[in-house]
Amino acid sequence: MKFNINTYLNKNTNAAPLAVFRIAFGIMMCFGMIRFWYHGWIETLYIQPGFHFSFYGFEWVKPLGNYTYLLFIICAIAALMVAFGFKYRLAIITFFLSFTYIELMDKTTYLNHYYFISLLSFLMIFLPANAYFSVDNVIRKKTYENVPKWTIDSVKLLLGIVYFYAGLAKINSDWLFKAMPLKIWLPSKYDLPLIGETLMHQNWFHFAMSWSGMLYDLAIPFLLFYKRTRIFAFTLVLVFHVFTRILFPIGMFPFIMIVSTLIFFDANLHIKIISFFKRIFKIRASIFSLSIKSDYNYQFRKPVTGFLALFFVIQLIVPFRNILYPNELFWTEEGFRFSWRVMLIEKMGMSTFKIANAETGDFFYVDNDDFLTPFQEKQMSFQPDFILEYAHYLGDHFTAQGHKNVQVFVESYVALNGRLSQPFIDKNIDLYREKESFKPKHWILPFKDEIKGL
Amino acid sequence: MFTVRKIFLGLFITTFIIGCGSSSSDNDPSGKTDTFDRGALLTNVADNIIIPAFQDLNTKLSTLKLDKETFITTPDQTSLDALRASWIEAYKVWQYVEMFNIGKAEALLYGFQMNIYPTNTTDIENNISAGTYDLTSANNNDAVGFPAVDYLLYGVANDDALILAKYADVNYRNYLSDIINQMQSLTETILNDWTTSYRGTFVSQTGNTTTSALNKFTNDFVFYYEKVLRANKIGIPAGNFSVDPLPEKVEGFYSKIYSRELALEALNAVQDLFNGKVYTSNTTGDSFKTYLLDLERNDLVTLINSRFDSARQKLEALSADFNSQINTDNTKMTEAYDALQLAVVSLKVDMLQAFNISIDYVDADGD
Repeated sequence: MKFNINTYLNKNTNAAPLAVFRIAFGIMMCFGMIRFWYHGWIETLYIQPGFHFSFYGFEWVKPLGNYTYLLFIICAIAALMVAFGFKYRLAIITFFLSFTYIELMDKTTYLNHYYFISLLSFLMIFLPANAYFSVDNVIRKKTYENVPKWTIDSVKLLLGIVYFYAGLAKINSDWLFKAMPLKIWLPSKYDLPLIGETLMHQNWFHFAMSWSGMLYDLAIPFLLFYKRTRIFAFTLVLVFHVFTRILFPIGMFPFIMIVSTLIFFDANLHIKIISFFKRIFKIRASIFSLSIKSDYNYQFRKPVTGFLALFFVIQLIVPFRNILYPNELFWTEEGFRFSWRVMLIEKMGMSTFKIANAETGDFFYVDNDDFLTPFQEKQMSFQPDFILEYAHYLGDHFTAQGHKNVQVFVESYVALNGRLSQPFIDKNIDLYREKESFKPKHWILPFKDEIKGL
Repeated sequence: MFTVRKIFLGLFITTFIIGCGSSSSDNDPSGKTDTFDRGALLTNVADNIIIPAFQDLNTKLSTLKLDKETFITTPDQTSLDALRASWIEAYKVWQYVEMFNIGKAEALLYGFQMNIYPTNTTDIENNISAGTYDLTSANNNDAVGFPAVDYLLYGVANDDALILAKYADVNYRNYLSDIINQMQSLTETILNDWTTSYRGTFVSQTGNTTTSALNKFTNDFVFYYEKVLRANKIGIPAGNFSVDPLPEKVEGFYSKIYSRELALEALNAVQDLFNGKVYTSNTTGDSFKTYLLDLERNDLVTLINSRFDSARQKLEALSADFNSQINTDNTKMTEAYDALQLAVVSLKVDMLQAFNISIDYVDADGD
């Protein structure tokens, strides 16, 4: 049995799964935007703070004042257009750009699942998700029964990478042999009904959850991929995500993952879902007099598939970039983001900044409340790139206020996974002189313990 | 091919068993970590620490009120001395209740009406000459409470004879009387709320939610230690947050002899609460300490107590009047600040991490 790449790329499959995925994705994203607004987070996270933490290289991406609301509206409308398959290409590009812009505005709010949404929407730009059961069909008077098989598989691959890499990240001594950080998190859920007082504090339960969490993440892409284990796998997906939803404040992520998982199922299920929609909304293809085409044909198949192959190669490599940094990953977090290290560490810190005059040696401490929201302060306190960016902001601020020869030092303590806190940043380094880069940050003090693992 | 399913099912079950197995082979000293009784913690805190401290404060303020009556009837050196003595007694007890900014105390902004310093002497003098004022108004927060009494008993004139002379003016007598009455009645209101209704609410709210009494109380405790004890009493006057020291911002600025005593009382109150020590007694009950021990964080308990102890040593090395300490040798003040700061790290970073308390001010999704 020889795998032939061209044969594979020419293979077609029913278009329904992609259409269902498009609809579900669009609706959930639209709902996610409304939910974000409803909770008042646009105001508290993007408008109220006087200062925002930027991603390296994206310093130009900032909230737009009250126009930030407009950005969310655009994003929500684009999501809805995606759901309807109305001007799909334009809609998904708009969604990708607006959503990614929102996520880049302040890295305080960085979540792996937001990154996942950005990647997924980027991928969807290149997929014919409007080939079937879309408003675009009506506009163009034609619909397609089949789409290239690889288009659906690419979504599966992306989901598989997320799970598998999240599993790989859990193969470390803290997670597996100390049951950390679950040992901290689970007992604090003592007030849950039934399981709160009986299970959450049990040592065996912490270990069971750690190990099964790791195995779940590693195995689930394969269990979903094979038809015979699919139902079982989907049951696991349900149990796992419902459980994490109960335990942790992770918003819509569990639902997104559960619904996305449906793409692994055969077309039959999706055809049923679509005929269900048709029955409810009394839609019949005949009334639109669509010409039914068999296969969707890519105009630029070669460049697109080549480009997406590159995209996936990058996806496979980027999470491993931490090996380029010498120090403990969980401590320095160099190469931590964008690599599916989800719910992996419990870290708290406290960082006090000292503004000094290089000539006279006079100094005073900064009250972080004056510049940061509590959420920003919390996130800043244990992440070196935040600390550096904030140090520069403070340096600029006090220089502009007329202070002379400004130096910025930080006294920082961080506790990782239940270890006693220890000094985090070299307090004798003037951070105002240090520049952000991808190079290892020499001013992070070494971690006084060892965590083995990937 | 059903075997694949069975294989994985088996794998998961095995995992579970491995999980259990590894826990018993683990060098876990207890293997128990059984449910800690958070209700017992809150009960001990309410019944043996908070309520007795409020009762004591109320008693001391009632004495202050009586001595004040004597003083405004016959303002002489004897009655002034008696009044000053009962003022500092009450002020010391105040250090044991200021951190309990919860329930009625929070609703009434009790702390703001009792101990905002530096007091605003212009506002006080304006109120006195006007003869009418709303003492509960936010604008008067810095013209009432212990610091205002400090000013009225020590700072209105240059020596005792001149101070006594001031009280020939009925407006001075009235203002002093009104603010002391106000302090006592506020305290009584809060005490009554604790004894009649709030105690029950407090001890029952053991959940880990942003609004539960346990979480609020814990967050308040850390906040108090960091902002009120460390910053207000030491850091701000020592100039840790400004270009130059601000010695006029010490607690007990006018009496000039009590700032160290008050700071030491506050530190004792904090440490006693941490250890669950019954108010004015040596017995202890459930507390942050026993909670941490239950979570097997003996290391942290030892560290926190040793950091409190070394902060105390640094405070004891200061002169009784922080104002003069700052003006003569501010290094000792900043050393005391640094020692207090280390305990902030232990409480805010390590202790809160161990409890995994839901933090009240962070509202967003997690990963």
